[in-house]
Amino acid sequence: MVSARTLTAADVAATVTDPELPMLTLAELGIIRDVTESAEGVVVTITPTYSGCPAMEAIRADLLTALREAGFERAEVRTALAPAWTTDWISESGRAKLAEAGIAPPGPAPRRAAGPVPLTLGVRDDGVACPRCAHPRTERITAFSATACRELRRCPACREPFEHVKAI
Amino acid sequence: MSFDDAYHSLTDHDDDARWAYGTGFADPLAGVPTALPEGVDRADLAAYCLMLGDDALVMSHRLQQWITRAPEIEDELAVANIGLDLLGQARLLLTRAGEAEGAGRGEDELAYLRDPGDFRNVWLAERADADFGQLVARLLVFSTWRLALLDRLATSGDPVLAAIAAKGVKEVSYHREYAAGWVVRLGDGTDLSHARMQAAIDAVWPLTGELFAPHPTELRLAEQGVAVDPSELRDEFDGVLTEVLRVATLGRPTVPAGPAPGRGRDGVHGDELTEILDEMQGLARATPGGAW
Repeated sequence: MVSARTLTAADVAATVTDPELPMLTLAELGIIRDVTESAEGVVVTITPTYSGCPAMEAIRADLLTALREAGFERAEVRTALAPAWTTDWISESGRAKLAEAGIAPPGPAPRRAAGPVPLTLGVRDDGVACPRCAHPRTERITAFSATACRELRRCPACREPFEHVKAI
Repeated sequence: MSFDDAYHSLTDHDDDARWAYGTGFADPLAGVPTALPEGVDRADLAAYCLMLGDDALVMSHRLQQWITRAPEIEDELAVANIGLDLLGQARLLLTRAGEAEGAGRGEDELAYLRDPGDFRNVWLAERADADFGQLVARLLVFSTWRLALLDRLATSGDPVLAAIAAKGVKEVSYHREYAAGWVVRLGDGTDLSHARMQAAIDAVWPLTGELFAPHPTELRLAEQGVAVDPSELRDEFDGVLTEVLRVATLGRPTVPAGPAPGRGRDGVHGDELTEILDEMQGLARATPGGAW
């Protein structure tokens, strides 16, 4: 019964959280491209963060469950590959929640001039501040961490290691 | 039987269907329009998607073999993540290959039920690494070449290939940076690490020739704006390798890089691919369609 629902399908989809960054909703993570309601049901279109991100399957299932519980029996989740997800789509509130959880939010995604992808060699100062003590200069330990979207860094001031969502 | 949730399928004891055959994952291209670009030969497009998908799948498997054997835990994470990115690219590309072929084969059939002679990966992807130096040398060559390729493929006339490539560029940029970082660290390190890094580059070098030798399928599709002619990638590749080797104080290999020794694009492979497939396909083949 449509009239019994208090939330739109878009509202429901937006509140589902990410399984790997559970402090963020899918809306804050910026992966919901579109939600449409019609007589045939609800269609939610999401975009993957990384090609191999295993959380995409869990996200699909969580979306369908949340919609069903909110009274949307007929729902489908579709994938949109283009344009590719960028961390620039993480919302301001999403960034604040990441920082609160001790994960440094991403800076602006790298902009490229025409031509080949530039090669980066050696240490680079990518302006990531420590999420614990706010020290402005931190160093990368490894570009890869517990999930595809994060890297591991350390702070030379408070000496704590921390995670950072890589800007892509 | 349908799985929408990988974790659910691993842990749900009420369901007798378990995670065994294939991934149990949903179609990675679910809801992506499957129409083929006009005028493009289905068999050519399928063959091309298999080439790029098999490169990623086989390279991913070799990377996975390093998990628990890498020198530091940070490198365990790195090889696992890089392998996962490539596995994701492989899933998308094999699914697209199946769509283009139009014979009802999905990613699982293509990954698990083809024989070595049906694989189209380059030899570089299947080569076993004698040591960590060879892994990073091979990964530097592979990711430098693949990055140049995907970057051009992002404007492909096939919108699905273009989207897969555009996403892959972001991922492979990190793979190249990781590999280059290690080549520099070992090359510009101790006498021993320098010598072993040089030996690793020399060992991998003869496999580079194949990367730039176009296959007739690639040339036909390149003419239609769907594929990339790999011979056009050589300058960018040489520029990057020259710079990395210079900073790493390594010499450019004297081993001739061509003519192409490998003919992986035609399904001709070494025993090393058979060994990989025995491991990767064993369970799926022993229990066809099995799930528990």
